[in-house]
Amino acid sequence: MSQNRREFLKTFAAIGATAATLTAVTPKVTKGKSTRPLSPNRKGVLVDTTVCIGCGKCEWACKTAHDIEPGSINDYNTKLTDNSQRRPSENALTVVNQIDISNANSGKIKLQCMHCEHPACESACIVGAITKQENGAVTWDTDKCIGCRYCMVACPFQIPAFEYHKALDPKIVKCDFCINRTTEGKLPACVEICPVGTLTYGTRDELVIEAKRRIGKDPDKYFNQVFGEYEVGGTSWLYLADKNLVDGVFPKLGTNPAPGVSESIQHGLFAYFVPPVALYALLGGVMWLSKNKEKNEGGH
Amino acid sequence: MEHKFKPEQMTKKYFTPWVIVLAAIALNGLAFLAMRFFFGIGSVTNLNNQFPWGIWIGLDVGAGVALAAGGFTTAALGHIMHRDKYEVIIRPALLTAMLGYTFVAMGVFVDIGRWYYIWHPLIMWNGNSALFEVGICVMIYVSVLYIEFLPIVTERFIGRVNLPGFLNRFNLLVDGLLRKLDRGLDKTMFIFIIAGVVLSCLHQSSLGTLMIIAGPKMHPLWQTPVLPLLFLLSAFSVGFPMVIMESITASKSFGLKPETDVLSSLSKFVAPLLGIYLAFKIGDMFIRETFVYLAEFNSTTILFGIELVVGVIIPLRMFLSEEVRNSVPGLYIASMLVIFGVVMNRFNNFVTAYNPPYATESYFPSIGEISVTLGFVALEILIYRLFVKIFPIISVPLKNVGLKAKYAIRGGLK
Ligand code: SF4
Ligand code: SF4
Ligand code: SF4
Repeated sequence: MSQNRREFLKTFAAIGATAATLTAVTPKVTKGKSTRPLSPNRKGVLVDTTVCIGCGKCEWACKTAHDIEPGSINDYNTKLTDNSQRRPSENALTVVNQIDISNANSGKIKLQCMHCEHPACESACIVGAITKQENGAVTWDTDKCIGCRYCMVACPFQIPAFEYHKALDPKIVKCDFCINRTTEGKLPACVEICPVGTLTYGTRDELVIEAKRRIGKDPDKYFNQVFGEYEVGGTSWLYLADKNLVDGVFPKLGTNPAPGVSESIQHGLFAYFVPPVALYALLGGVMWLSKNKEKNEGGH
Repeated sequence: MEHKFKPEQMTKKYFTPWVIVLAAIALNGLAFLAMRFFFGIGSVTNLNNQFPWGIWIGLDVGAGVALAAGGFTTAALGHIMHRDKYEVIIRPALLTAMLGYTFVAMGVFVDIGRWYYIWHPLIMWNGNSALFEVGICVMIYVSVLYIEFLPIVTERFIGRVNLPGFLNRFNLLVDGLLRKLDRGLDKTMFIFIIAGVVLSCLHQSSLGTLMIIAGPKMHPLWQTPVLPLLFLLSAFSVGFPMVIMESITASKSFGLKPETDVLSSLSKFVAPLLGIYLAFKIGDMFIRETFVYLAEFNSTTILFGIELVVGVIIPLRMFLSEEVRNSVPGLYIASMLVIFGVVMNRFNNFVTAYNPPYATESYFPSIGEISVTLGFVALEILIYRLFVKIFPIISVPLKNVGLKAKYAIRGGLK
């Protein structure tokens, strides 16, 4: 009996050790999708919050372009003053808030999907319904999505929204960078309508240069950071502000791509199917050995 | 002294007062489920854009998968390591795993917004997604479990096929087919048994990978890159306690004598397994220096404390004691604590630890969510009871056995 137990433990320890090594060692070797090359021409938007007047016209234009009942364009500037941090939702792909809710004179900030360079939502999606397009847009495919909401769990900016009150065909809703308009050569609806030029649409690399030029020209006006240049591996939408946006508006995030750790573990456990096959072989071996032992001992 | 056991159908009547209570709980859950399908997930749950996952994922799926671990741990012990003594518990454990995973699949089915697309992962692959891995593995494993169960079905019906009405002319044919199936299964079963263990190790750990991508949204007490390993180790350690708990419950409910002898030998494995889990959990805490968060005193740290102390340390101590291991109430309580600990752990990982950045109020499950979760548990117990009456699952001591007669389990590797 104690003999058996010792052996059992030995075998179990062997399995445990194998699993541990697999989890601990292999991740560093394999690389996830999060390191794949991105198109040099991918687009982005530079949001200069010091320019924004909070008129909310972008909210209206965005709804209009996405078949969401927009209401009157003149009602939007009042939404800012209700002193709450609104969030993009299934009824509004973008919202404009005061940066400091308690101060009506503080800067205004437009929020929407950041179109991450290495999107956590894309990496997480069980069926690959979310795609980082060549032009930088992160889009969602209604023909694939099963509504599991893992993308919402994964997104570091808590952007994707879900139509919880639809029994049939609930959708994941988020800014799609107006992919239908940009492929026709038009500007994103929000960029087009902005009356004061808060939003600049262009190649991401050029936008970063432009943002730094503005900071350099007027260092007193700007907080010295282009938010989105490096956060979670970089985002297509970039922000300039007169203060640090981290912790007030955006969560504190590192510069590593959000899906990095989970993808390397995932690929480590499945590196060319070696670990599962090895485990299979190991167990097969144990089974065969213990069966033979049984025979030798006279079938006990 | 060796007892001879043979799995038999239970003959006690199905309905008891408890069964009625369970049926009421199940019906209540089904009523809320109907609402979910007619009016959307939002109509029965407290989920929102900040909290996309609640107890349907945390408990029905997260804890459900862990608690079904009795299936692969006993298969590994009985079939792969050939500890024949434990064969009496393999069938009950297999049935629990089979039903458990079926209900995990149901949990996923009701939680996803577009349930009619549940088959999509079969043809739309995203190898980067931990959820995809869990999904595929669970789908294959459920099938493997059904295959592993087949020999019990053939055993039940071979020589006893009796189709109603004019169909009875096919009795012989069906019987022949069953025998063929049985012989085929007997030869190939070992493939499925090993596959079942491998698949279990894979998705038990991938379930732990799930929340890693939530990054800083998850409380550092739980968020760690070794989560997959912790999930796997805790699944190992909860497998046998589940089997022990069920076996004792079933014996009580069917008026049999608990197989104390087998159960207390089985319980010797629990302490080492729990110990390894605890060592990794504490080691990880020290390496990442997350114990500093325990200085704060709030609901999060309290839940962490309960999970660790009540759910791991106390039962670990109990399973180390020979006295506990040899007493039925001792085994029962200690096993219940381990089960409680793992359920807490899954709940904490998926619900407590998840702190979305813009939440204005925290998530608490709605009456509807709780009803559905309880309803599923009740339904599972009811089906279990039905199955042990229809199929020979639970072993009873043999009377009048010849000296040489040994019980035989069909389908296992001989
Ligand atoms: S902000 Fe969120 S939803 Fe948008 S691309 Fe990044 S991870 Fe995806
Ligand atoms: S909800 Fe849809 S888009 Fe989001 S992860 Fe699930 S399948 Fe993908
Ligand atoms: S890019 Fe298009 S979808 Fe996105 S916020 Fe602007 S208008 Fe809306």
